[in-house]
Amino acid sequence: MRKVAIYGKGGIGKSTTTQNTVAGLAEMGRKVMVVGCDPKADSTRLLLGGLAQKSVLDTLREEGEDVELDDIRKPGYGNTWCVESGGPEPGVGCAGRGIITSINMLESLGAYEASEGLDYAFYDVLGDVVCGGFAMPIRDGKAEEIYIVCSGEMMAMYAANNICKGIMKFAQSGRVRLGGLICNSRNVDNEKEMIVELAKKIGTQMIYFVPRHNDVQRAEINRKTVIEWNPEVSQADEYRGLAKAIDQNTNFVIPRPLEMEELEKLLMDYGLMEA
Amino acid sequence: MATAKKKVVQWEPVDIKAELLKQYPAKVARKRAKQIMINEAQENSPPSEIVANVRTIPGIITMRGCTYAGCKGVIMGPTSDIVNLVHGPIGCSFYAWLTRRNQTSASGEKNENFITYCMSTDMQDSDIIFGGEKKLAAAIQEAYDLFHPKAIAVFATCPVGLIGDDIHNVARQMKEKLGDCNVFAFSCEGYKGVSQSAGHHIANNQVFTHLVGKSETEKTDKFKINLLGEYNIGGDGFEIDRILKKCGISNIATFSGNSTYDQFASANQADLSCVMCHRSINYVADMLETKYGIPWIKINFIGAGATAKSLRKIAQYFGDQELTDRVEAVIAEEMPEVEAARLEVYPRTQGKTVMIFVGGSRAHHYQELFNEMGMKTLSAGYEFGHRDDYEGRHVLPNLKVDSDSRNIEEIQVEADPLLYRPRKSPEEMQLLEEDGLKFKEYQGLNPDMDKGSIIIDDLNQYEAEKLVQMLKPDLFCAGIKEKYSIQKLGVPQKQLHSYDSGGPYAGFKGAVNFYQEIDRLVNSKVWGLMQAPWQENPELSATYVWE
Repeated sequence: MRKVAIYGKGGIGKSTTTQNTVAGLAEMGRKVMVVGCDPKADSTRLLLGGLAQKSVLDTLREEGEDVELDDIRKPGYGNTWCVESGGPEPGVGCAGRGIITSINMLESLGAYEASEGLDYAFYDVLGDVVCGGFAMPIRDGKAEEIYIVCSGEMMAMYAANNICKGIMKFAQSGRVRLGGLICNSRNVDNEKEMIVELAKKIGTQMIYFVPRHNDVQRAEINRKTVIEWNPEVSQADEYRGLAKAIDQNTNFVIPRPLEMEELEKLLMDYGLMEA
Repeated sequence: MATAKKKVVQWEPVDIKAELLKQYPAKVARKRAKQIMINEAQENSPPSEIVANVRTIPGIITMRGCTYAGCKGVIMGPTSDIVNLVHGPIGCSFYAWLTRRNQTSASGEKNENFITYCMSTDMQDSDIIFGGEKKLAAAIQEAYDLFHPKAIAVFATCPVGLIGDDIHNVARQMKEKLGDCNVFAFSCEGYKGVSQSAGHHIANNQVFTHLVGKSETEKTDKFKINLLGEYNIGGDGFEIDRILKKCGISNIATFSGNSTYDQFASANQADLSCVMCHRSINYVADMLETKYGIPWIKINFIGAGATAKSLRKIAQYFGDQELTDRVEAVIAEEMPEVEAARLEVYPRTQGKTVMIFVGGSRAHHYQELFNEMGMKTLSAGYEFGHRDDYEGRHVLPNLKVDSDSRNIEEIQVEADPLLYRPRKSPEEMQLLEEDGLKFKEYQGLNPDMDKGSIIIDDLNQYEAEKLVQMLKPDLFCAGIKEKYSIQKLGVPQKQLHSYDSGGPYAGFKGAVNFYQEIDRLVNSKVWGLMQAPWQENPELSATYVWE
């Protein structure tokens, strides 16, 4: 089983990209479990056709210790398993601690056992690495390959670089490796070239360039992944392409995050170039 | 390894210091050197400086406690009719429950005594994740329904600060909801500050803000004092109250041994604040003066001589002949029994040596009792004292406030428009000062110690054992954490936090108890028997073949 974590700046499209990619993998016949690590619990909406999911932490709170695997995972599109970690409402408690608790719970319930026949476990992680709890999926070998969703926007690249610092720290003591950057295009000038260059400098690859298309939004309104909503559209092929790239990926590295000046220079060089 | 029978080597103070530092890495040694002082504080010599109230160096096994211990354990723990509710996982509450031996007599209005209860929100994993505010509100409600107390005090433990539960808001809401119960909270997370001293400060602030001045009953007694920084360990406060009562002095509020809600609430009605433990309570003393006009003096009821001196200071302040006569009569009546007990033990205790490493005042106060027994203090220091507790309050203006101290809220107090009333005119105060009654004055530990004695701040386990091995004192005074490691070295240890199972040691009767207890400890033959006969004189000796 491959254990994959998706990180990236908040609002960059991690959950959308993850679910659409998972749909692509499912279409290829892969057995995938998606674990949403966001207190908002919206990481599996497209696969489940709505926010029908009861989170691990809610279940734990209500059922006490008598929790079974079927209480916390729901079957989604293409025979995927969908799990939402859940967490406190904004401004109270400790969401990071929640993620630790729910991943431990999944493990102790045997969600990752060989008998479950999983090909992939995907962790969709909230925003930047803000505290120990959010680093949980890349600690202790929980996730072994990381993909960072980014775009050619300054703050998205800055966040990607910052996440690399976290990965580097845990990679040195564990098995976690960076698998590549996924460029979720925002139609920034020279975006593709810039992310290719950023990836090169960090020591990894841009594994896929996902062009911007309103079909993604249309599918989301219908609470579906693009592949499920309309398998014929061009964007569905893009996600199939990304799924295939991840499935065939063998390029796993310990990233070399850039210094701030280096990162700004990159932006200057590409941002000021003629489009 | 027993040291009791080994011969005492004479050490020079500089060599002792060098020996203590020898084992440390250079940087640690440099830091610790500033906290180990050879006392020279005598007339005509330059004042010595000591570094205190700074972070303990990681890796060192410190004697210190945490901020929660200082707030909940020390200051608020001894009160009897305020429900103490700890917000956090159960350990912090359980291990702070009845461990300090502060006694209570349930003297409150309804004879309530909540000190025997261990109230906690018992936070679980899910409370950490989802926040514990609702559980706290429910716990306050439960405590209220059970006891209908006048007040509920809420204490934050470390995780509460980390997840950001707004305990003050919960307390405010519950106070409004309950109507007849004063609910207030302390942000005394253990990690704040460098020692329990931060917790004292936090407790002082909240007690002053939420309790002092809230009483409507007027206290009409003639000679009204507050006793600040007396925690009734082993019944010390009972003995002091007995003496005060006998003298005709009314103790309006003790902060906080055997205290009640009404005592705190009436503290603003006293005419003099008497400060025992300067470290833990000087903030309240200052605030009482600023807001209500109550002057404060430093007193000490540890030691029969010190007790007599303190009573005379109080009498001098009130300047009433009848009171002065009565105080003298009480001293004359009490002293013969004390003196008889002292003379009885003196031949056996005279010349014995002691080390005292405890608290922020006790290492100073107890030297009075040891002096009365003819015992010499070789070395002393505080766990959580500040520089003013060593060198005297004159260093206060020059005290560097570091970021750890800035973390602790400093509340601004102004003269109360209605209740501020200077107890003495500036002229009267000046006359008293000229007569030798010093206000707002504490000289600290150093001037009362011999030249060349070693004063050590924040002593640790390594240095404690080293000191004992080098100087072989007849007695070592500290807390429970040090007790058995010291005794394993063949030296008796007396706990001066909790008094082991003894006390009271304050006042006149307390002095008698102490003389007898110390005589028993330093003259016990058991310490000479720590090595079995065959360890000293083996009947047979052999070597291994490979040696």
